[in-house]
Amino acid sequence: MKDFATLLDTLVYTSSRNRKLALIADYLRSTPDPDRGWALAALTGELDFPAVKSSTIRNLMKDRVDPVLWTLSRDFVGDTAETASLLWPAPDRTEDEPLSLSETVDLLAGLNRTTAPKELPHLLDRLDANGRFALIKLATGGMRIGISARLAKTAFAQAFDVAVEEVEEYWHALEAPYPDLFAWAADGTDPPDVSNTPRFRPFMLAHPLEDTVVHLDDYAAEWKWDGIRIQLVRVAGETRLYSRSGDDISATFPELLDVLPLDAVLDGELLVRGDVQGGETGGAASFNALQQRLGRKTVSKKMLAEAPAFVRLYDALIIEGEDQREKPWTQRRKALEALVERLPDSHFDISQIVEARDFDHLAQIREGARDDAIEGLMLKAKDSPYIAGRKVGLWYKWKRDPLLIDAVLMYAQRGSGKRSSFYSDYTFGCWDGDPDEGAELLPVGKAYSGFTDAELKKLDKLVRQTTLNRFGPVREVERTLVFEVAFDSVHTSKRHKSGLAMRFPRIHRIRWDKPVHEADRIESLRALIRD
Amino acid sequence: MSAPFSWIRPEPWGVHVVPADCWIDPGRAVDRALVTHGHADHARGGHGETVATPETLAIMELRYRTGAQDDAGEIPHKAVPVEYGETIRLGGGVDATYIPAGHVLGSAQILLEHAGERVVITGDYKRRPDPTCAPFEVTPCDIFITEATFGLPLFTHPPIADEMAKLLSALAEHPDQCVLVGAYALGKAQRVIAELRAAGHHQPIYLHGAMEKMCRLYEDHGVELGELRLVSDHAKDDMRGAIIIAPPSALNDRWSRRLPDPITAMASGWMRVRQRARQRGVELPLIISDHADWNELTDTIREVDPRETWITHGREEALLRWHELHQRKARALALVGREDEDE
Repeated sequence: MKDFATLLDTLVYTSSRNRKLALIADYLRSTPDPDRGWALAALTGELDFPAVKSSTIRNLMKDRVDPVLWTLSRDFVGDTAETASLLWPAPDRTEDEPLSLSETVDLLAGLNRTTAPKELPHLLDRLDANGRFALIKLATGGMRIGISARLAKTAFAQAFDVAVEEVEEYWHALEAPYPDLFAWAADGTDPPDVSNTPRFRPFMLAHPLEDTVVHLDDYAAEWKWDGIRIQLVRVAGETRLYSRSGDDISATFPELLDVLPLDAVLDGELLVRGDVQGGETGGAASFNALQQRLGRKTVSKKMLAEAPAFVRLYDALIIEGEDQREKPWTQRRKALEALVERLPDSHFDISQIVEARDFDHLAQIREGARDDAIEGLMLKAKDSPYIAGRKVGLWYKWKRDPLLIDAVLMYAQRGSGKRSSFYSDYTFGCWDGDPDEGAELLPVGKAYSGFTDAELKKLDKLVRQTTLNRFGPVREVERTLVFEVAFDSVHTSKRHKSGLAMRFPRIHRIRWDKPVHEADRIESLRALIRD
Repeated sequence: MSAPFSWIRPEPWGVHVVPADCWIDPGRAVDRALVTHGHADHARGGHGETVATPETLAIMELRYRTGAQDDAGEIPHKAVPVEYGETIRLGGGVDATYIPAGHVLGSAQILLEHAGERVVITGDYKRRPDPTCAPFEVTPCDIFITEATFGLPLFTHPPIADEMAKLLSALAEHPDQCVLVGAYALGKAQRVIAELRAAGHHQPIYLHGAMEKMCRLYEDHGVELGELRLVSDHAKDDMRGAIIIAPPSALNDRWSRRLPDPITAMASGWMRVRQRARQRGVELPLIISDHADWNELTDTIREVDPRETWITHGREEALLRWHELHQRKARALALVGREDEDE
């Protein structure tokens, strides 16, 4: 446990990617099984101990520390695990040695809601503040120390000099602590047999087009649909649905699990049908409609009937055992077009190719797109194989220009993590009438991105200087600053007083120069609704 | 007879001693200022007269020309030295006594007495031993006006020897690099150097130019700092395996490019919180503070046992809560412009 705690602590203070890779790789090489496998599972976010939640830790703390002092401390630190690790009242001395990482994992896995609050204190008592931090992060899941699953897998590949693509191929079919994976990579045994599991294959991803201009002889254009990117996998009759990050989301969309009539691995966009929000009957509804269905572990019949899911296919990785990935896009597209004829149109269609005379014509088509389920265009190199990850020059995404409004800063909240001392989350509002005739500002959204570090410092200073009221980590500020806010779309919402909710709001520009009464009114924002 | 303690009045820019018409650590120029110590959020130039310890006045002369002659041979900003333990009459029936605060060289608490009432203003203080300044003395009083920079229970500063060991082992592990320590130019830098010497590190220590004069001033006041060299006088390769001390603002500055592959360290109480260290790009956090931590603050209040605590700056909400939990009386003053010097 101590080595793992030291690894986490060192990673926190390391900013260079190469240095992080080297630290993890060193750890994986020098640590025995099964500890290193558990560490890898922790770093890739694969561990889950349902009996230990962030609230379990909070409750333990509230029995030991005054609740007001706990809240003030938590707000200052911005991280429950770290706050608890610092405030834990450690015994003066303990004879017990800390457990090893695998002993700790075994113990955590055996806990239930009743035993967890009794056993965790014993574990915490054996550790110093760094050890407690590592234990709580491990137990509650979600390390949030700036290490992505991809980075941890890359470090694994680097440690044993194997290809990261190969690691990802095996990854989703194996379970922690991955003895077969380590045996293959470290000791050169046969690779794990994953042929009969419906496992996830890493997605091919796109770069933003920005100022690049491509020739349409070499690139095909498709709509970029505003749903969620998924991979549908059927192997030996068993179907699973994976999200973009490789999470198994089969349970959320049960209607897609028995409609694929053949073994295949397909890449597409999951959308819901409906004419309520944006779509025609039988067409795709807006993302707002899809959002009601995300993140659920069980789905009601009503929901299945009102917002049924379907897949708009982009690509085929494997069809009936035949790997398509090495083939150029043109060939894969032909195979996909032939395949879609064999699939039920209740649950599948194909993302249409957008025909344009030339690049300028394509730009016009993009400007003219009004369907709310369209996020923009995709451009795909016609001769390109299907390659995991984001390789320059193969796929580009060309998003529709965002909508813009001018809104006034009203509240600011301290951020989390790296921004825990900065007021970095901004709630802004628009006028509910003519500001010169006594109109008020109503909050319309919240943004925490789109500014530089230097601007963040300036904003933080402004918030501190113009504070009117404090509510815990939130400050109400004088209405002095206008943000130009960019957002993808706006929808009606019962959650906010303004009756509106924005999608992907971010700060586009800070209008230090603009007087607040010139900010937009609610009515101009409402005019942009396309529900 | 006026109401109790009406003679002392907290204002946003400082504490006003009404009958004597003088100010404690005022944030703007006044006719007469009583200054606890030389940090910029307490000491500033431009006062008609500054009353402080000789060490603090020396620091203020260096920084603000307090007590120095101008071109016409006049002394526009007068300096009135008070030794530790010495009591002076301020007028209006108020006496002031300067008592060591243990924060930095020359730092003092100021005890004010008027009509049988005793008020102690701590300025900034700590309770840990520090080879560069006189230790804090507990002074009984009615009103204790305290700082609360680290007034959250999560702030417990570890023994400084542990942090020195961390620094020296990082240095030993990377003999071809250097360790660049960010430390405030007044107080922290000299304390780190003195503690390194105490830990047996006798190699030359390299300084950023902004550190030099203050280090010399400390040496002039009898604080031994060993061999100090200026970074600007040396080639990159000379500094491999060495410790370099610079103000925190220089850590991520272009200045550091002249150093041989520096490991960035920072000596500050804020380093207790990981994200604080990350924000500054610190790779080697050293939890070293010249302020009282939570236990020192609360222990000091118990020992002083005042009728009332006034809290000048820092995490006052948590310290107020502590008073509530312990049935003690306290109020927050919300002075303007006070923050820890590391920020």
